[in-house]
Amino acid sequence: MSNTPILEMRNITKEFPGVKALDEVSFRVQEGEIHCLVGENGAGKSTLMKVLSGVYPYGTYSGDILFGGELQQFDGIRDSEKTGIGIIYQELALVPEMTVYENIFMGHEITKGLAVDWNETIRQADNMLKKVKLDINTAVRVKELGVGKQQLVEIAKTLSKNVRLLILDEPTSALNEDDVDNLFDLLRDLKTQGVTCIMITHKLKEIMEIADSVTVLRDGKTICTLDAHKGEVTENALIKHMVGREIDNIYPKREHKRSDEIIFEIENWTAYDPAVERTILKNNNLNVKKGEIVGLSGLMGSGRTELALSIFGNPEGYHVEGNLRVYGKKQRFNHPQEAINAGVAYVSEDRKRNGLILIQDVKQNVTLANLREIAKRGVVDDNAEIKIANEFKSSLNIKTPSIEQKVVNLSGGNQQKVSLAKWLFVKPNILILDEPTRGIDVGAKYEIYTIMNQLVEQGMSIIMISSELPEILGMSDRVYIVSSGEITGELPIEEATQEKIMHLATRN
Amino acid sequence: MSFMKDLQKVLRQNIREYGMFIALFVIWVVFAILTDGIFISSRNISNLLNQTGYIAVLGIGMTLIIVIRHIDLSVGFLAGFLGAVAAIAMAFWEWPVYVVIPAVLLIGLLLGLIPGFLVAQMGIPAFVATLAGFLIYRGAILVVTEETGTIIISNDTFNAIGNGFIKDIPVSFLPELHKVTLILGIAAIVLYIIGELNGRRTKQAYNFDVLPMNIFILKIAFTSLLIGGMTWVLAGYNGLSWTVVVVFIVVGIYNFVSTRTVLGRHIYAVGGNPEAAELSGVNVKKITYFVFGQMGMLAALSGMLFASRLQSATTTAGTLFELDAIAAAFVGGVSAAGGVGKVTGALIGALVMASLTSGMNLMGIGISYQYMVRGAVLAAAVIFDVATRNR
Repeated sequence: MSNTPILEMRNITKEFPGVKALDEVSFRVQEGEIHCLVGENGAGKSTLMKVLSGVYPYGTYSGDILFGGELQQFDGIRDSEKTGIGIIYQELALVPEMTVYENIFMGHEITKGLAVDWNETIRQADNMLKKVKLDINTAVRVKELGVGKQQLVEIAKTLSKNVRLLILDEPTSALNEDDVDNLFDLLRDLKTQGVTCIMITHKLKEIMEIADSVTVLRDGKTICTLDAHKGEVTENALIKHMVGREIDNIYPKREHKRSDEIIFEIENWTAYDPAVERTILKNNNLNVKKGEIVGLSGLMGSGRTELALSIFGNPEGYHVEGNLRVYGKKQRFNHPQEAINAGVAYVSEDRKRNGLILIQDVKQNVTLANLREIAKRGVVDDNAEIKIANEFKSSLNIKTPSIEQKVVNLSGGNQQKVSLAKWLFVKPNILILDEPTRGIDVGAKYEIYTIMNQLVEQGMSIIMISSELPEILGMSDRVYIVSSGEITGELPIEEATQEKIMHLATRN
Repeated sequence: MSFMKDLQKVLRQNIREYGMFIALFVIWVVFAILTDGIFISSRNISNLLNQTGYIAVLGIGMTLIIVIRHIDLSVGFLAGFLGAVAAIAMAFWEWPVYVVIPAVLLIGLLLGLIPGFLVAQMGIPAFVATLAGFLIYRGAILVVTEETGTIIISNDTFNAIGNGFIKDIPVSFLPELHKVTLILGIAAIVLYIIGELNGRRTKQAYNFDVLPMNIFILKIAFTSLLIGGMTWVLAGYNGLSWTVVVVFIVVGIYNFVSTRTVLGRHIYAVGGNPEAAELSGVNVKKITYFVFGQMGMLAALSGMLFASRLQSATTTAGTLFELDAIAAAFVGGVSAAGGVGKVTGALIGALVMASLTSGMNLMGIGISYQYMVRGAVLAAAVIFDVATRNR
């Protein structure tokens, strides 16, 4: 590895009305390394990368950006791309209805005269896919690919712009373990080809695996840069720098209580999705006892979310068969409202897309699912609403200047807490949490786990869907494993191991 | 000077909210100067408000439609058609007016549910579904007026809605002025000030940000002056017209429903993020039905206001109403991205557009230029809205 920095950001300060998002941040990346950028949500990682890629143009921040030894003044993302910086956001920016090759060359189409040269486009797209080791037909439409493959297409798209510095914003948050391994192999391979890489991530295990060096941000300031080759990168060190305190145990302890009272049950639960013309759930049996956390483990796309939605009022319109019992009473929910009335709540995995109303404020989001509780004859009692929202703000420790703040301005962890607050306010007996800690930082994760433990102590039952095996093992009393729409196994926590779960999760 | 600084800060933060009031104010001042005061004469303002009525009513309904991310192109000719139905019911079937009005409102509500069904149940884009309605109702007006042409309405009660004024108390005190209007105006100012003070006290009790005291007083003074000025001007002519009363009632009900009730909150939730709303137990289909249904009902009201104003139903009634209503909603600050927009904004938006027409008419500007100016103002309003969106 050479010792010249390919990128140097000096004393970057970026302010938003009322918030100093970045405060004199300095950040150096050596040529040809994989540099992880870590920090709690709201630490300023994404803002820093937006400054770098020109999303916040020159003049809206103070400080200097040197790339390849030259001072840069980007006026937009096109400028930074021309210079050789490519960024891939957490939310993929592909057009699902278009083919892979159209997507790869979107915005910099290969032309012959006035027309697009499709033959050349397809040839070059094939080459790009080889570069990212993706073996698919480029004429496939993107929506037909899984998330992992879409991610690779996105990387191919960015590489086709001849970038020297590739920025990945939480690239693994939607990937299963195989796809992650794939991605990391690719990144190592790109490194040998001279592409430098900055990766924003929350997952310490991944950092340990792939980082050459790590820079930690906290509260908009650079805390430190650690060198993996000098052995400075350890989990404890990272956590300490990120949160500014040591966390002994990522998963707060809780006694595994054994209750025999089954309060929720599905039998022979089968669902057919007319949209994809496929049976997506086959003959599933699952039960939940009072006061326990049931882990629902499985790979991405194994049908976990579909199972949850088919239970929770079936908003996607699947054809569902089978029995569902709440407190022994046979039920069938035709709308989420009916599920809510029966004491079932579902915190969705994608809080931005279908969890929260981002343009509304914290209090409106918190009360949305249970407005009738604070309304008299259809008129909302504003004071009651403020009181409720403030209670949740303090009990869940939601960090917001005011409950009148729009949710879009909160960090991921705090958005998740708002989402959780909304569902706690409906006072459910059975809470389904779909990836409750996805995309949030270690500190906020710990808080969410603690809340979950308090809830089951109070007698609530939780179904927790998660892709992270340590989370499943750390939090559950009992684990169900789903594979290709079928529950392939049930393990009490004492018998569950990562290997056993993986085995069951990959059985179909 | 800290007052000016405060004022600047408050204006900058609330520019979206105050922007259209300021725009309306500026337009009035400019026309008042350009027409040597004729524009703000009692008679003209009274006329202006009456002309605004039927568009304002449509704009209010349209605001909710746009809030839930749809559009309704059919309301113009639906209004025209229902106006004709009301005229026929009175002129040919000789139904009493107190039956005709609720019956036509009900028909409007039911007809509004048709695009509601197509959009909510069948998943047809609102643009297409209501464009079909646009064509159908246009044909329907021609069918019902085919034999008679323009249908004259001779019912005085009905015609009073578009042309009449509320009665005054018969005392000799202040003979030049309409006393009931004055009393209502003063009552409105008092209620407004009490409301603002209460709101401020509640906010302070929860430690929320409130306006600095001097700005707060300025705001109250400004608004009171506006209401007072309007009252004075109207009282100097015939007083409050029934049209204005109807519009105020509609605005009052809609403002209450949209900001204070569970139903209103659900409408804005659907507009803000339909998937999240559905998963939060809001029945998006029901909300869609409701919003299209109320639009149909307001189209009926608009059609009757217009027919009453002309004292007849014509073959061209309703032409371009839908576009005026959409323009009013957008000038009033509704966002095409959904979830944002106040019904009071639509009223102001309708007033802005009607003021432009009225002012330019007084100045003798030709209709061709009037269209261009109104188009430019609409574009400017939306540009302003987009530019200030992220404040």
